[in-house]
Amino acid sequence: MADTPAPAVVSDPVVHLDNVTVIYGKNQALKGVSAKFARGAVGLLGPNGAGKSTMLKALLGFVKPSAGRMTVLGLDVAASPLEIRSRIGYMPENDAHIPGMNAVSFVGYCGQLAGLPPVDAMQRAHEVLYYVGLGEARYRNIETYSTGMKQRIKLAQALVHDPDLLFLDEPTNGMDPKGRDEMLELIRDLGHNKNVNLILSSHLLPDVEFTCDHIIVMDKGNIVAQGPIEELKGPAGRVFELRIKGNLPEFIELLRGRGLECHSTDQDVMRVFVPAGRDQREIFQLATTHGAQVRHLRPSVPTLEDVFAKAVGDD
Amino acid sequence: MPIHDQSYRRYGGAKAALGRSWTVIAKAGIMNMIRKRSFMGLLLFAWFPFVIRAVQIYFASNYVQVEALMAPDAKMFRDFLEQQDFFVFVMTIYVGAGLIANDRRANALQIYLSKPLLRSEYIAGKAAVLFTFIMLVTWLPAILLLILQVVFKGSFEFMRANLFLFPAITVGALLQALVATFTMLALSSLSKSSRYVGILYAGIIFFTAAIYGAMVAITGSTSLSWLSVGSNVTQVVDVIFRQAPRYSTPWQVSLIVVLGLVALAISVLERRVRGVEIVT
Repeated sequence: MADTPAPAVVSDPVVHLDNVTVIYGKNQALKGVSAKFARGAVGLLGPNGAGKSTMLKALLGFVKPSAGRMTVLGLDVAASPLEIRSRIGYMPENDAHIPGMNAVSFVGYCGQLAGLPPVDAMQRAHEVLYYVGLGEARYRNIETYSTGMKQRIKLAQALVHDPDLLFLDEPTNGMDPKGRDEMLELIRDLGHNKNVNLILSSHLLPDVEFTCDHIIVMDKGNIVAQGPIEELKGPAGRVFELRIKGNLPEFIELLRGRGLECHSTDQDVMRVFVPAGRDQREIFQLATTHGAQVRHLRPSVPTLEDVFAKAVGDD
Repeated sequence: MPIHDQSYRRYGGAKAALGRSWTVIAKAGIMNMIRKRSFMGLLLFAWFPFVIRAVQIYFASNYVQVEALMAPDAKMFRDFLEQQDFFVFVMTIYVGAGLIANDRRANALQIYLSKPLLRSEYIAGKAAVLFTFIMLVTWLPAILLLILQVVFKGSFEFMRANLFLFPAITVGALLQALVATFTMLALSSLSKSSRYVGILYAGIIFFTAAIYGAMVAITGSTSLSWLSVGSNVTQVVDVIFRQAPRYSTPWQVSLIVVLGLVALAISVLERRVRGVEIVT
């Protein structure tokens, strides 16, 4: 009798990577990555080249890891790629469509490729096109679409077969501010109101902060932070905005040497993390002993940018 | 669900079993071609030789004087398939050049391969489009001619005397279709421009024929016919129709070249049809 996967438990991660390594030629794109993606909306954050898209492509089976094991929705990626792909939707990063089709034909066609009967596929195509805001333009050839519309059509084709898990790779690329807001609203709605699990890969912190509850931060092929956003941000009141008069780089090094994480933002303002059990008055003492003047020190609300900067560094 | 929020619903219906997506690709590709008037014109034109042959069979079956001049035989069916080579060539370029190249241009491969289908299913779906149309201008009219011969003559005498013709037409047409389909698909997977692919295909067919022609002029022998893609297919199909091979090259050599070409094409497709292009 064939092995059947155990039914998923709500607390089970939707994606599990165990020591996964992906190598392109001499370049190690993923370096022994282990991670668990919780149910709901998870942001995959990282600068360009961090390995986010490679991770998604490995999960889709486009690239084979040289080491490690991956499961998606409880199924092994190496053993059950088709079963996995029938339950996930993928919105690629770059412009992608099937040439010579209008939107409704394209989305219906994608539905059929995913196993929907033709009539259901066409009905779902109309529904999701309305949902993503392309209802009025659904009979237009995709090649005449604007960049923003092409992003929406990519979301529609990923949704048409009603996936349990969505992979969204940089979904707001090239969109104008209004379109971007609408796309983020759609993603938030899917993740929070429609019970669709999603992984949003982006280098845009506000996008992830708006749509996701959990994040996984990547840098140079490694995972450098993961968990619920609120937990990673830490308690309020431990982050301070600081401006000094004096040698700024030297003072930053000094703070770091004393175990006070800090990173510069714009101009001469920096953000300093004061760990629990320590007092912000240490900053004044340090400034006094090193001849710097504190011009501005104000408690601040921790942001995702702080989490990211802490994990990835100022680079 | 609130009444105002019915825009996205979960799907509760049945889904098809895995492994059938290639039929969706094939059907879409065929319908896409049939919708083009220029293609339908080409298809009709490709059936013109069938009409001529049908008239020939009619007169040969009903008039003794004509029968003495042009009675149908195995060679007539072989000649008919050879005449269709031109339409096979044109159709291969028209239908096949963009099959994968256009998908590569539009980055569609990652859309296809993110769905529950294997790379082999994608290739099978694309191959089925070209294969179907080639068989539509080779196998189908040839078989219809065979049937017309029986109908016009009113007896199975010819069929009984040439029982090998049905399998010969089938195998000969299959060979033509497979070589053209896989060669064209492999070339189509190499580029993002269907025009370039069409030129490349025509170039390969004409260039290999020209090289062979030059060698014939130099050596005065046809033993180097294996250099030409078209000559290899011709040589093998001659043997399938129990005709004397027209070149000195052993037909087994031609068959090996043809099978090698198909194997090479499959190998190219295996490397080129991927969800992601890795440049190292």
